[in-house]
Amino acid sequence: MPGEVIVTTELLSCSYREGRVLEDISFQVERGDYVGIVGPNGSGKSTLVKALLGLVTISSGRATLFGTPLSGFRDWHKVGYLPQSLHLVNPVFPATVHETVGLGLLSCKKFPKRLNTSDKNKIKLTLEELGILDLKFKLVGELSGGQLQRVLLARAIVNDPELLVLDEPTAALDPETRGKFYAMIADINRTRGVTVLLVTHDSGTIGEHASKMLYLDKKLLFYGSFNEFCCSPEMSSLFGEHSQHLMCHRH
Amino acid sequence: MNLLEILSYGFIQRALLAGTLIALLCSVLGVFLVLRRLSLIGDGLAHVTFGSTAIALALKLYSAMSLLVSMPIVLLASLGILKLTEKGRLSGDAAIGLVSAVGISVGIVLASAGGGYNVDLLSYLFGNILSISREEVVIAALLCVGVILLLTLYYHELFAISFSEELAMVSGIRTSFINSILVLLTALSVVLAMKLVGIMLISSMLIVPAASALQLARGFKVCIALAALQGCSSVIIGIILSILSNLPASATIVLVNLLFFAAAFLARRIIYPKNSN
Repeated sequence: MPGEVIVTTELLSCSYREGRVLEDISFQVERGDYVGIVGPNGSGKSTLVKALLGLVTISSGRATLFGTPLSGFRDWHKVGYLPQSLHLVNPVFPATVHETVGLGLLSCKKFPKRLNTSDKNKIKLTLEELGILDLKFKLVGELSGGQLQRVLLARAIVNDPELLVLDEPTAALDPETRGKFYAMIADINRTRGVTVLLVTHDSGTIGEHASKMLYLDKKLLFYGSFNEFCCSPEMSSLFGEHSQHLMCHRH
Repeated sequence: MNLLEILSYGFIQRALLAGTLIALLCSVLGVFLVLRRLSLIGDGLAHVTFGSTAIALALKLYSAMSLLVSMPIVLLASLGILKLTEKGRLSGDAAIGLVSAVGISVGIVLASAGGGYNVDLLSYLFGNILSISREEVVIAALLCVGVILLLTLYYHELFAISFSEELAMVSGIRTSFINSILVLLTALSVVLAMKLVGIMLISSMLIVPAASALQLARGFKVCIALAALQGCSSVIIGIILSILSNLPASATIVLVNLLFFAAAFLARRIIYPKNSN
């Protein structure tokens, strides 16, 4: 249902031992949005998405997913998550690509969790869709950065999520692969109608694809469309002439 | 003495049966522990087992009865390690070291208060699978069935947290509960393995088969199967070799395991030369 609110935060704050990382963040994401979350290093981008996924404790305020407060949210099959892969995969982990992508289907399963023939077909179709079917029997530790990123994306979308959260997914990729990756996410957003939250440093490239930008520096400095983002006085004061450069990048 | 003659003895049949079951548990659990970088939990829990066995012996509880004391103490210690890691601002190895120190110091104090190290306590230190009783075989078999059942039921959850705890959480898996299951099953296996290889060598039963399987396995299920195969084969070969050569069974089992590891390590360099570094 277009216009349906998928993610809400109200005055959300998070703190670590060294102090506040996020302060009074309020915004809403609607179904079908493709939101690029940008900001400088240490601005709280990753903390924000981790807080939305229940991976980081919220110190005050509230967040909801699909209208349900986070503490009571159980429909994890509606959510796909892709973290920074380099930090994630143990290079000696003996799982094949097929087994790894299959992990993405566990959120749909009841105890005892088992994968059946239709699940195996789903894995195959997802690998085909992302052009990595030939990697099916490779070990995850043997993949290149770009291949691993696609495999983890396959894991995140194999259960047909309604919300896809990506935390700096392209940090380890070269500029060309990065552009292709963003285009792939844009395609998933368009064809599957998946709502996307994507954390990145790369405000120029993400601007080519995202429908909304969220600029963060511990506080929410901007949330709106990309055109508004480029023309806003907040961005001009932050980027100076670079805000126009971002605009040119898109056109 | 030929092989058939060896196998006809009841105490050897009991040792082979119980040893194989315990090795199966340890090697399967070892894969999850090694991948979760909790390899040394076996060592830590073994030291707690030493302390708890000293308590049992001080209470004049021997053989299978000593398990009544060891089991709950080691189970609690395993949960203690987990909680210290989760809430105590400690890394896994520091938490294991802490609990391990408590176990070994309690054992030493009780042993010296009881007039020094007696034969029973030494047999727990170095293992004595050939002296395993019928009751201990039955307990090992029952626990083995229970642990394998739980591992089968929670296989995908254990696989998921071994791959990434963060991703598992976002898949709706109760990671804290699954971690508790993993350490509790490890605690049970460690108490059982104490009789097989002794407290000093328990961690090798958990680590070595998994380490060998990781050299060659192409797939998670294959890795578990290879580890189980090595664990069980090492016990059977080790026990038979120890009888034929009049060597201690526990150390022979561990040395056979290490030979398997050396073979797997070399085989990897031959089969997958590109991925060997």
